[in-house]
Amino acid sequence: MNKKYYGKLIFELSRPGRRGYSLPQNNYDDVLHILPNNLLRDEAPKLPEVDEPTVVRHYTNMSTNNFGVDTGFYPLGSCTMKYNPKINEEMASLPAFKALHPFQPSATVQGALEAYYTLQSLLSEIGGMAEFTLNPYAGAHGELTGLMVIRAYHESRGDIKRDKVIIPDSAHGTNPASAAVAGLKVVEVKSLADGTVDVEALKALLDDTVAAVMMTNPNTVGIFESNIPKIAELVHGSGALLYYDGANLNPLLGVARPGDMGFDVMHINLHKTFSTPHGGGGPGAGPVGVRAGLEKFLPNPRVVKHTVEEENIFGLDFGTEKSPLSLGRISAWLGNFAVELRALSYILSLGCDGLKMAGPLATLNANYIKESLRDLYELPIDRVCKHEFVFDGLADKSTGITTLNVAKRLLDYGFHAPTIYFPLLFHESLMIEPTETESKETLDEFISVMRKIAYEAKESPEILKNAPLETPIRKPDDTSAALNPVVTYSGMPSSC
Amino acid sequence: MNKTYYSQSHEYITVDGNIGYIGISDYAQRALGNVVYVDMPEEGDEIEAGEDFGAVESVKAASDLIAPVSGTVLEANELLVDNPRLINEDSMANWIIKIEIADPSQLDSLMDEDSYKVHCEAGH
Repeated sequence: MNKKYYGKLIFELSRPGRRGYSLPQNNYDDVLHILPNNLLRDEAPKLPEVDEPTVVRHYTNMSTNNFGVDTGFYPLGSCTMKYNPKINEEMASLPAFKALHPFQPSATVQGALEAYYTLQSLLSEIGGMAEFTLNPYAGAHGELTGLMVIRAYHESRGDIKRDKVIIPDSAHGTNPASAAVAGLKVVEVKSLADGTVDVEALKALLDDTVAAVMMTNPNTVGIFESNIPKIAELVHGSGALLYYDGANLNPLLGVARPGDMGFDVMHINLHKTFSTPHGGGGPGAGPVGVRAGLEKFLPNPRVVKHTVEEENIFGLDFGTEKSPLSLGRISAWLGNFAVELRALSYILSLGCDGLKMAGPLATLNANYIKESLRDLYELPIDRVCKHEFVFDGLADKSTGITTLNVAKRLLDYGFHAPTIYFPLLFHESLMIEPTETESKETLDEFISVMRKIAYEAKESPEILKNAPLETPIRKPDDTSAALNPVVTYSGMPSSC
Repeated sequence: MNKTYYSQSHEYITVDGNIGYIGISDYAQRALGNVVYVDMPEEGDEIEAGEDFGAVESVKAASDLIAPVSGTVLEANELLVDNPRLINEDSMANWIIKIEIADPSQLDSLMDEDSYKVHCEAGH
């Protein structure tokens, strides 16, 4: 871990008049006269003024502050921080993809449209769905799009009183927010002690005001919902639809399909299951798939394939007349296309057999860590897990050492912390997801550090209470950050 | 004398005649950690027993506030708007809403101080 912290803002490096470029003489001054006055600036924008080496050093130094899957183990539960193969970057950087413009005529972008169409078809096959749209920009955007499809479906049947979404307490954390944004009321259904959804409790909640049930399978405690056929039957019997949150698709990849389990609508997080980067909030991709009969509600534009004299021709369908029930646009164009290319590259380079190995190896890795630590950490759900599992803090509660202390201490040892305090099912949740891309050596190193921390909790708890000790920034004041966020630069310091 | 009742979901209600002061228990504020925002209903809003009437957000989690009994909101504690940390300082003194209790018999289904203590010790 790089312990030297670089903490400057590019604005602090700014010096009046300094430039990192030179533009040719502008011979088109007249252009200003044809622009309306209200669109012209009175003063120049306040951009940082810096030379090129300063810019390069600034961002290179900034990048060394970062922790990512390329620098270390990142067992962040529910996030599937698998390695992002570099061939994905090569494919997305091909000039024939990189230099495209969205307004180019379809005839000049046949390859790009075919790539989109191929990925859409592969995801349909993997999910067991009739059709996918790749247009949503992120997982939660996919959830919103999926819920909008569900609402459009109910409205198309004249069924307008369904305003509730049932979400288990073990579902992916974004579901309640997406449902609220879609204008639906959230009703929570509890889990049983074995970590699966309480089917009887769910049954009691199902009536003609429920639009959908959102399930994550395996759920956020890493348990496969084996009652899913029964749940699907109950949900469909009540007239509602069953939504699959793809946050935890990784262990099922090529092994089981949500469509076969009875799900009607699903989204996939390409940045989780299909190895595209998790950006700092973006860009992501949240493709949405639907079962047969719901395709007509999917958003536009769509990529369509026509076969003319045995030759495939791809086009964009804006569908205003052909599909009056479509949601219309939910994003500017075809989603984050470069992210889609990375996912396609991942699928094609692993191939069918390779993809089928991801789930079993992710499951093996998670169970290996779980079994190696269960004597020192409390395991509230004692079953074979899928790709992730949850500890409820340290087994020995007498030390007063919390999950937060453990997570902060892990940073000292060069590991990213697992997801903490989620799911809310337990007070001291520590959600660990190693993914399939980690070697046994890495897992063993993590296990030995987790064991060491458990001993430190007994023998030198003060170390843990003060952790992290080794990071460039010790303990950020997250309360003040939430209460008084400073999000704008207020000017050069007076000493400059 | 005023009596305080507790719900399974860690809200308390201190009762003074037909007036109730609802907040979150000391156990709840400790479990949540530093509170950074309290979402409260407005004066005149109706709240219904078992339904959420707002939320408390901490650095760790956002948690719904569940009404222990039904009633009409007489006042929301405006001090919490600028200073949500008051809940961490003393959650029993810093109630979240003051209500007129619709049906005092609903108090019977809540826990008293002693049974709530047992409830917390059981790790709920």
